[in-house]
Amino acid sequence: MLKPNFVSTTNACKLCTPLGASLAFRGIEGAIPFLHGSQGCATYMRRYIISHYREPVDIASSALSEKNAIYGGAPNLKKGILNVMKKYEPELIGVATTCLTETIGDDVKRILFEFHNEFGDLDLPEIVHVSTPSYNGTHTDGWHGAVKSLAEQLYDEDSPENSSINILPNMVSCEDIRHLKEIMRNFGVKATILPDISETFDGPSYEDYVKIPTGGTPVESIKNMSGSRGTIEFGRCLQKESAGTFLAGKGVPNHRIGIPMGLRESDIFFDTLEAVTGKDLPEIYEQERGRLIDAYVDGHKYVFGKRAIVYGEEDLVTGLCSFLAEIGVDVVLAGSGSRNRGLGEAVKAVTDGMGRTTPEVREGVDFHDIAEEAESLKPDLLIGHSKGYRYAKAWNIPLIRVGFPIHDRFGGQRIQTIGYKGTLALYDRIVNAVLEKKQSDSKIGYGYM
Amino acid sequence: MSNTILEERKDQIIRTGSGKSAIDMACNRQSLAGAVSQRACVFCGSRVVLYPIADALHLVHGPIGCAVYTWDIRGALSSGPEIHRLSFSTDLQETDVIFGGEKKLEAALDELIDRHHPKAAFVYSTCIVGIIGDDLEAVCRKMTEKKGIPVLPVMSEGFKGSKREGYLAACKAMFQLVGTEDVSDVPEVSVNILGDFNIAGEIWIIREYFERMGVKVVANITGDGRVRDVRRSHGAGLNLVQCSGATLDLAKMMEEKYGTPYIRVSYLGVEDMAESLYAVADHFKDIDPGIVERTSKLVKEELDKLLPELARMRKDLEGKKVAMYVGGSFKAFSLLKAFRYLGMKVVVVGSQTGTKEDYAELEKISDPGTILVDDANPLELSEFIKEKDVDVFVGGVKERPIAYKMGVGFCDHNHERKEALEGFVGMLNFAREIHSSAMSPVWQFVPRRANRNKESLKEAGNA
Ligand code: SF4
Ligand code: SF4
Repeated sequence: MLKPNFVSTTNACKLCTPLGASLAFRGIEGAIPFLHGSQGCATYMRRYIISHYREPVDIASSALSEKNAIYGGAPNLKKGILNVMKKYEPELIGVATTCLTETIGDDVKRILFEFHNEFGDLDLPEIVHVSTPSYNGTHTDGWHGAVKSLAEQLYDEDSPENSSINILPNMVSCEDIRHLKEIMRNFGVKATILPDISETFDGPSYEDYVKIPTGGTPVESIKNMSGSRGTIEFGRCLQKESAGTFLAGKGVPNHRIGIPMGLRESDIFFDTLEAVTGKDLPEIYEQERGRLIDAYVDGHKYVFGKRAIVYGEEDLVTGLCSFLAEIGVDVVLAGSGSRNRGLGEAVKAVTDGMGRTTPEVREGVDFHDIAEEAESLKPDLLIGHSKGYRYAKAWNIPLIRVGFPIHDRFGGQRIQTIGYKGTLALYDRIVNAVLEKKQSDSKIGYGYM
Repeated sequence: MSNTILEERKDQIIRTGSGKSAIDMACNRQSLAGAVSQRACVFCGSRVVLYPIADALHLVHGPIGCAVYTWDIRGALSSGPEIHRLSFSTDLQETDVIFGGEKKLEAALDELIDRHHPKAAFVYSTCIVGIIGDDLEAVCRKMTEKKGIPVLPVMSEGFKGSKREGYLAACKAMFQLVGTEDVSDVPEVSVNILGDFNIAGEIWIIREYFERMGVKVVANITGDGRVRDVRRSHGAGLNLVQCSGATLDLAKMMEEKYGTPYIRVSYLGVEDMAESLYAVADHFKDIDPGIVERTSKLVKEELDKLLPELARMRKDLEGKKVAMYVGGSFKAFSLLKAFRYLGMKVVVVGSQTGTKEDYAELEKISDPGTILVDDANPLELSEFIKEKDVDVFVGGVKERPIAYKMGVGFCDHNHERKEALEGFVGMLNFAREIHSSAMSPVWQFVPRRANRNKESLKEAGNA
């Protein structure tokens, strides 16, 4: 469908770039995210992230004022880093720019270079920077940009060859990362998962306020990534240049696969793991796989032919489309707020020959667009983050919550989506949502379905 | 706490009765770089104030984040239209940053006004718009003419200060509406409610009180707000300004231009709620002598219902310790008194945007040894919680996980809560919430208490 030259955005289906970078930096051990820009951005993003993870989220800011905006933010950036060092004693500071500092043209790389010269005698933490103008991408770009910067700027060419593998898991949940770690343990391989948000965004109760939560990918492990035997990066919509391709350039073979959602994408993941590690699939995953297929069979009638609208991060949407095609759910619209990330091709690649229909794919979409089309699409299910709630309510259909942010339900950080196990958990939720809807729509309300 | 508080922030913190007076407290400063302030920006301030005007279009001119993070996160209810709950943005892209965004802004207004038929449109400028230099005022003027509704620029570039400057920008934008509608049918005994955002329907509670007193409410500014009401708000006999920062400027502008007097009120807590109603009655008693009696009757009826309930909860809560960190400090006054009603001790009070006068007033009404803090951050707040061994923390979304991580009860008292806490019935809700958090058995299990209990058991065993 051709759009007019310009349309404004109503109820956006994306978040801004530095938010994604902040999330990724928080998955590094001893790290604190630092936004170079005005105070408001950092505070808004903290607030937003908190409402999903329900964890303290300290994001520093260079708190630029009007004067800084005119004369440049270098002094504030340096001072801010020093203050953060004093108070948080971080091992790593992840500096992301905001729209403001991008626009006034602050050269962060140069400022940090100066900083190292000026304060080289102090015990400096690692400082990794990433450029994240929001007028040029979405939170997923910020996430992947930060991951790439971490790999590039911490790259250590002297790191010895080792038998571990690198996994770049994309924006999956804390629970998903825990699952990944468990898979690695069961495979008996050492892995560097970058970033690892499993603890830093879902930690225990403390006696004291812990300045920087424990957990996260150790800086040392990131340095050692260059000696690993291979990288697996999740995402069919990644930018051409990524952490994985960077390491590939340094001789670490890269395997780019989809986020392992659904049977086939999970198969690819486990096959790749077998290939990279040279080990056989542990028995437990044969079991999980079998159980998933069994559940597919048990539940197939409930979901077959149901029409779903799917939205959110481009790679999540791709994974969902792949999974839904397998269980006979027709995705009638797949949308993402990002643009030019190849969502259309990715969805086609994962649904071809499986789904009965090819989903209509929309990039750069907002909820107004989705709503406009939904009229004629008559969906039975809405699948995506919390922001779709008002539409689900208006159309009186269930919303299956997955992705970021989940802030109208409890436990967003523990939603499972990946591997056979995560797929099964998601499948159970979808089937149950269909049953519940059927039950509540029925006058009689059968107690046995 | 030596390295928790940065040298440059030391004069933003005092302990009452320590010899250092709150009047020397540094405040109203730009937040310190790298300090992880809990503060927002100018844009945030404007958005907070104007957001609840439900039949206006609120268009955020800037890149996507500023609009997205303010999309329908508050509990400001409307009894009619709900345009305010949608999030509109020009979603600036790189080319706009280079060539300017005025064309897009115009196109967006064109499109959205035709789609939603709002009674007015507020256009918020964000940091980046300030930098690229779009002439917001010119575009708004042009669109006002073209669309036949007021299209108002809100000059709220985030970096131009803190939330407080945003309040002023919002008031200036609203003031352009005031005085543009006929007021011939507005009675003398009438008020505007300023600085109430109708969180969880609070303004309806307050309006009902005024109805029972025989006072007509002309405009809700801005909870459940309507453009037409703001336009005729100059017809009201009195402005009631709640919350120190947000709408005081508007009241002052109206006093100067239209001679509308104002008083400051608070609907939080037993005493302040009652006092506010009496102040309104007092103001109108010459025109309507019966009002005083009606008001006393109202207050008595409400208290008869409320006080026995509070007394029951007080038994459990007596002596428990409270810390609070709020946006504007005016709210802290009322909360402090409200906690006294529950027998609780306030040991830490902080605010994002308090003034010297506010802190001096707080000092006067707090117990000795209370920590007063301006523009705090997570490390400081957690340090204070620990030092004072706090039982309940009152704050906003960003403070909640700090309290919870350390095993401390929490009550959300900012614009995002979904619970009505104003009025007499609000006081009851508030007490219930505090009670249910403070008395929950879960605190026994959190390390902060569990370890201590273990210790004291050990000691008892040794003794
Ligand atoms: S200015 Fe940019 S970085 Fe800041 S909140 Fe807005 S979109 Fe995000
Ligand atoms: S860009 Fe400016 S206006 Fe927008 S959130 Fe950041 S500080 Fe506030």
